[in-house]
Amino acid sequence: MNPSDALDMVRESISAVVPDADLASLGPDDAFREALEMDSLDFLSFVEVLAERSGVRIEDEDTSRLTTLSASADFLVARTR
Amino acid sequence: MHWETIHKDTAPVVPPRLSDYEGARSAFTWSQARGALAGLPGGGLNMAHEAVDRHAALDHGEKVALSCVARDDSVSTVTYAELARRTARFANVLRSLGVGRGDRVFTLLGRCPELYTTVLGTLKNTSVLCPLFSAFGPDPVEQRLRLGDAQVLVTTAALYRRKVAERRTSVPGLKHVLIVGPGAEGLPDTASFDDLMSAAPDTFTIPPTSPEDMALLHFTSGTTGTPKGAVHVHEAVVAHHATAASALDLRPEDVYWCTADPGWVTGMSYGIIAPLVHGVTLVVDEGDYDARRWYRILGEQRVTVWYTAPTALRMLMRATPREGPYDLPRAFDLSALRFVASVGEPLNPEAVVWGRDVLGLPVHDNWWQTETGCIMIANFAACDIRPGSMGRPLPGVDATVLERGEDGRARVVDGKVTEVESPGVEGELALRTGWPSMFRGYLHDKERYDAAFADGWYLTGDLVRRDGDGWYWFVGRADDVIKSAGHLIGPFEVESALMEHPAVAEAGVIGRPDPVAGNVVKAFVSLRPGVDPTPDLERELLAFGRRKLGPAVAPREIAFDQKLPKTRSGKVMRRVLRARELGLPTGDLSTLEGSE
Repeated sequence: MNPSDALDMVRESISAVVPDADLASLGPDDAFREALEMDSLDFLSFVEVLAERSGVRIEDEDTSRLTTLSASADFLVARTR
Repeated sequence: MHWETIHKDTAPVVPPRLSDYEGARSAFTWSQARGALAGLPGGGLNMAHEAVDRHAALDHGEKVALSCVARDDSVSTVTYAELARRTARFANVLRSLGVGRGDRVFTLLGRCPELYTTVLGTLKNTSVLCPLFSAFGPDPVEQRLRLGDAQVLVTTAALYRRKVAERRTSVPGLKHVLIVGPGAEGLPDTASFDDLMSAAPDTFTIPPTSPEDMALLHFTSGTTGTPKGAVHVHEAVVAHHATAASALDLRPEDVYWCTADPGWVTGMSYGIIAPLVHGVTLVVDEGDYDARRWYRILGEQRVTVWYTAPTALRMLMRATPREGPYDLPRAFDLSALRFVASVGEPLNPEAVVWGRDVLGLPVHDNWWQTETGCIMIANFAACDIRPGSMGRPLPGVDATVLERGEDGRARVVDGKVTEVESPGVEGELALRTGWPSMFRGYLHDKERYDAAFADGWYLTGDLVRRDGDGWYWFVGRADDVIKSAGHLIGPFEVESALMEHPAVAEAGVIGRPDPVAGNVVKAFVSLRPGVDPTPDLERELLAFGRRKLGPAVAPREIAFDQKLPKTRSGKVMRRVLRARELGLPTGDLSTLEGSE
């Protein structure tokens, strides 16, 4: 997956869980969980949607890397290489 | 599936505080429990004196009261002596603002050190503390501020901007907004918490406080109408103290971690008051749930007693299943852990057994409500656990099961109820009135308060059965209130919010069973004529709900249904929606509903 597709997929996965997410004002390095008020159930759903859409198996060990848009995209790029 | 009873070690390394259940129950009196507290020097009883000043005055003022883990994992500590000074400062801040006895101080904060200062300083000043959940949206926040007569709100700049600023004029009684951390200077009509604190003296004499003075206000949700503000008084501290010993096995040398949010009653009774009264060291985690983070905190902080919730445990079970691998839990030294308890919704037997295998300790479920103020039914450290059961009544607690009438609630005939005598028969759980932390009212709503009692019993609204040996088993709610991730959500509040959307004609809201959260909020919506049910509209309604209600309350699922089932009087029948959702027959349920 190339970085731009990965970033799109992360954004879409967030939107699927938080439909009102203001992604335009979210910086690539902002901690989105706090900025978008995602609670732990939201975050769990986000991880599930992201795994389903990307086909990447996301272990609980990995979730601590999914903190920002760019870190999440980097994670997908690395795992689909 | 049958789960075998978990038996306890007959000679544990640390003998539990309650070692003989029957003996403790027969010997216990609330007046004795009252005698275990210090009381104010001049007489009277004040929660903050018991929780802070008493320890600071004794020789253990230098003991760590709060061990705060920040989001960035850095750890800072606050001693009992320092907490006494900070809470004195905050009490002086309130006094200087003209806020006094009985005046309401609200918090909208995460688990930051200032939360503890605000709560305990408010109690010192004999003002009343009302905590709000920071995941509430602007609607629930505004409504509770208004219903609770908020005079002071302590929050952060970000939360204020997001949830309060635009609604400020709708809450005219809100005189003071104190901003914790940076940002107050950019917000009109607010003041900096830190500035006020640094200008205030650090000594304060607690004014005379009667045990019956109002101390805490906790909002909870009902089936209909507005949220209810449950009033608790200073005397509740007697029950906080006694039950933390019997049900949580808490003792002064413990390092204790309660994961509940301070916006809910557990986060107050057992997240702040009870543990501090016992003089323990309290672990305060400002961060969000993350399996590794939680195992690390349990290990590094050397937590001995852990009080958490089923949803959190089920998330940990997904991350680190019972079948293994055990790499993550074993990466940390959990050997200090002695007791694990859970509350908020029924704990499934798998989670009890998972605890035994993965944490090395079974999880002890217990039961109570906002209205009860303290744990009422529990599995005890010294006693067998029947996985899936909420346990047995605490010393000092008289519980029963009542026969139900046609509306599903306890049947009351000429003011009398009927107790279920046979084991295993479902009925409404009821508690004999008179324990110290029993709520003293719903604020401004005597009618609803009076309706919660009959024949000397408090009617809980929870359906249970009691087995032949006296263990209680949760069955469900007797009303339509939704339990999601341990929190009560009133369907009416969600329906009202959705109906403000121009596309929505009517809405019926239920809890849909969910393997992690217990239930999630699902809304059935009928649309106005000419509006099409499209995926875009579905997303728009989900977004609309979140913006208004916040993630804690908003629906997570929307279904369009132009033929919502209704009673003859036109009320949406949630029971039928629930039965349909579960694939249960709806016929016999609808007759129940027709009696409304």
